[in-house]
Amino acid sequence: MSGTARFERRLLTRDRGDGLLEKLWRIPWLFVLLLSAVAAVGYVALYSAGNGPEAYAAKHALRFGFGLVLMLSIAVVDIRVVARLAWVGYALGVGLLVLVLLHGNVGKGAQRWIDIGPLQLQPSELMKIMLALGLAAWFRRASWERVGNLFFLVPPAIMVLIPVGLILKQPNLGTGLITAMIGGAIFFAAGVRLWKFALILAAVGTAAPIAYDHLRDYQKARITTFLDPESDPLGAGYNIIQSKIALGSGGIWGKGFLQGTQGHLNFLPEKQTDFIFTMIAEEFGLVGALGTLGLLCLVVLFCYLVAFRCRHQFGRLLAVGLGTNVFLYVFVNIAMVTGSIPVGGVPLPLISHGGSAMLTTMLGFGLLLSVHVHRDAEFGPAQE
Amino acid sequence: MSSLGKGVRREEAERRGVFTRRALALGIGQLALFGFLGSRLYRLQSEEGERYRTLAEENRLSARLLPPPRGQVLDRNGRVIAGNRLNWRALLVAEQTQDVGATLETFSRIVPLLDHERARIEREVRRRRRFVPVTVRDFLAWEEMARIEVNAPDLPGIVIDVGTTRLYPEGEHLSHVVGYVAPPAERDMDGDPLLELPGIRVGRAGIEKHHEQPLRGRAGAVQLEVNAVGRVIRELDRREGLPGQDVQVSVDAELQKALRGRIEEGTSIVVLDARSGEVLAMASQPSFDPDVFNAGVSAAQWREWTRNRATPLINKATNGLYAPGSTFKMIVALAGLEAKVVTPGDRVFCPGHLDLGDTRFHCWRKQGHGGLDMRNAIKHSCDVYFYEIAKRAGIDRIAAMANRFGLGVDLEIELPGTKRGLVPTRAWRQAQGKPWNLGDTIVHGIGQGFYQLTPLSLATMAARLATGRAVQPHLTRSIGARPVRGGRAEDWPSLGIPERDLRLMREGMWAVVNEPGGTALGARLPGGLGVMAGKTGSVQVRRVSREQRERGFKAENQPREWRPHALFVAFAPYDNPLYAVSVVVEHGMSGSGAAAPLARDALIEVFNRFRTPPVPAVAPGPRVAQAGRPEASR
Repeated sequence: MSGTARFERRLLTRDRGDGLLEKLWRIPWLFVLLLSAVAAVGYVALYSAGNGPEAYAAKHALRFGFGLVLMLSIAVVDIRVVARLAWVGYALGVGLLVLVLLHGNVGKGAQRWIDIGPLQLQPSELMKIMLALGLAAWFRRASWERVGNLFFLVPPAIMVLIPVGLILKQPNLGTGLITAMIGGAIFFAAGVRLWKFALILAAVGTAAPIAYDHLRDYQKARITTFLDPESDPLGAGYNIIQSKIALGSGGIWGKGFLQGTQGHLNFLPEKQTDFIFTMIAEEFGLVGALGTLGLLCLVVLFCYLVAFRCRHQFGRLLAVGLGTNVFLYVFVNIAMVTGSIPVGGVPLPLISHGGSAMLTTMLGFGLLLSVHVHRDAEFGPAQE
Repeated sequence: MSSLGKGVRREEAERRGVFTRRALALGIGQLALFGFLGSRLYRLQSEEGERYRTLAEENRLSARLLPPPRGQVLDRNGRVIAGNRLNWRALLVAEQTQDVGATLETFSRIVPLLDHERARIEREVRRRRRFVPVTVRDFLAWEEMARIEVNAPDLPGIVIDVGTTRLYPEGEHLSHVVGYVAPPAERDMDGDPLLELPGIRVGRAGIEKHHEQPLRGRAGAVQLEVNAVGRVIRELDRREGLPGQDVQVSVDAELQKALRGRIEEGTSIVVLDARSGEVLAMASQPSFDPDVFNAGVSAAQWREWTRNRATPLINKATNGLYAPGSTFKMIVALAGLEAKVVTPGDRVFCPGHLDLGDTRFHCWRKQGHGGLDMRNAIKHSCDVYFYEIAKRAGIDRIAAMANRFGLGVDLEIELPGTKRGLVPTRAWRQAQGKPWNLGDTIVHGIGQGFYQLTPLSLATMAARLATGRAVQPHLTRSIGARPVRGGRAEDWPSLGIPERDLRLMREGMWAVVNEPGGTALGARLPGGLGVMAGKTGSVQVRRVSREQRERGFKAENQPREWRPHALFVAFAPYDNPLYAVSVVVEHGMSGSGAAAPLARDALIEVFNRFRTPPVPAVAPGPRVAQAGRPEASR
């Protein structure tokens, strides 16, 4: 028993003292390859969307390159340092959200961003990762009993509600809900009792009709057209119908690279961002669509593998939070373009065109890799 | 340390257990949702793929009609009398210019634009998508185009484009025959999608209307790929339409122009090929410019036309209705001969009038003609002679004979709206609830009374007198180079009039023009051209009372619109009739003075134009000149 402990201790000690080279060695390069494959799918799709590399694809490749460097740099940062700085990150995220509410640019009635040099940063995207960080840091030492304590749950609940409230205020319903769900996933994984979730779900269920009255018109339109897209084929329902037509007409094998008529003839709205998956499905068919979905599924799966391999609660919760974040991106986006849920303006990670999304996505994967590289790091004893 | 460590380890294990279970639940839940997406994709792309493929095709495919060029109308010599002209237009493509207003401003400095034109252009630019061209100006002149081209750099968004528009090179000379085209109205919509194209025109009158179908052709179509905003990306398929077929008419444009040059307002002349019935010329004065209809008739122009008492829009040759007067006398004579109430040699004494009860019917020659046989009655146009014959034959026999000669019947000329005219009968009068009196018959014996006949039908009568056959006047020689209508003399059935009787009529008509004492002696054709035979006529347009007559009524002292119409019908050459002519000069006073000289001039033109007899439009078969020539007689 103690022999094993000693062995473990030695491993941990060695781990702590490891040099950069050995950390790099522990980076799961197969995963990096997987991410590159997904980014390559994005390159091909954006090549088609822009009718050549100039419009989107080349920038996409460049951004992914920068993203890789960022990810790998974060991957070698000690996870305990990350945990200590989690609060700073959380505070920064909330600060940016406040800033964007006061001084941000508004586009399409929903997204808000801040111009940072050439980059348009959407703080709500960054916030999702910072929230995962913050919550993981809060729960990392909490025992099962502790998590059962209602008062212990009040501060993290506030940690979730502040950014969610700010994002809803933008107003960005989709991202607000996704942020809340990430918080919920971490609460769930941390061991918050199930009846509390039941209670919250019931409360939300009763509040929803009241909330609907307070939604903006375009948000209401999204929900009503989702329920019956053909009711307004040239208005709000246009995007959903055209997306389904493009997707469905791709068939099993697709129309071929650069041969997608609906996308190239601009029937498809926002084909380089929100509807990039439709582009893939039209040109490469069901095979291409399921292939892409499979790759993204592997990415999410890897997040869970990292969580299960991790020996500290901070890493586990962070990995689950990040995995859920990726899952929600992918799910909401594809469900949206297949007409399964209301259109929400959520990009497809690593595939959609957009610098801000790429940056935050790679930042998240950097943290995930850091968890994996430092999976055996010792945080010291759990408190109480 | 160790107990604390143990506690920590136990707590850690518990926490890890909870985490593992819950993370597994989350992961499996997320996997299941991915599975849902997969099944959703399968349903859309595999099961409903076919349906969405159809929708996608509907999305991107757009069919457009290609208007075929309208067939031309040619005269008998192949000269274009209704053709197509290139229409150079300036168009504005809004997306190619930064500032529509500035471009129009520059444009109007080169080609002035009126305020309402600018307003229309700006309205259309606002209403349409930015890549859809808007017409700035139609029918650009050559120098205007040159100025636009030179200034092209200052005119972003302006493009020059060429379409076609109808053109009538002979202008008003042939407008009554050719007709005109105009944008289709609701009632023109016959299910042909072509008619819905902007800029399309349909025939509204004359040949353009009668032969609308062959002239129009059939629309072609292109299948285009369009993008989401309707911009054409490429052409996928093209099906050429059928161009409109050319229609050749029998009119000789030069002859028509020459005749029109000689006639004044209110006059109409019809020249027929007496054997085939082809209309060689059909002039009516005044006329109108058919090109005006193409561009759209202004309200002022329309008012001017419809209020003009000389009715320029009406073809008097087919729609002018006149009593035939003395030109009708051959019909009365033939009716008398057929009814055997008179023989050619029977003499009737003319004392200058005929009394019926206490009504006196005057002869035009107050002092009377003395005793006359039929030939001389025609030559001198004695009214009393024909009063007497009419009285003997009766109105219904006269009417039946008139119908056989093409009077008061539908001649089926290819000019829509042509009047049939009126030849009264006893039954017709009774249908009006009025009795037919013997006095009516007497008046109708000299072509006065209720008669309403068109110059075309009078020319037809002359042609039938000359040939003895039921020659029908017609205009169409060929459609799309295929000859139509048999046009040889022997194609027309015989009228069933004994040749002896016809010969007598022709002799009488010969004497009218060529014998001293004939009413139209002054209208003889100059030597060498041929001999004309004809008949004069004058018709009162107002009743002359006995009182007026006694006070020395003189028609030439009357206001113009009260003066009698002058008529003349003729055929020539006498011994081998080739041409039949009718002339009506409204208020021309006398047939011999106003109408006969015009007929002579017309025939001189005809003989000069046709060195050899006109050849009717017939496909294979014996030449006309040899076959079915009416026997010459003297």
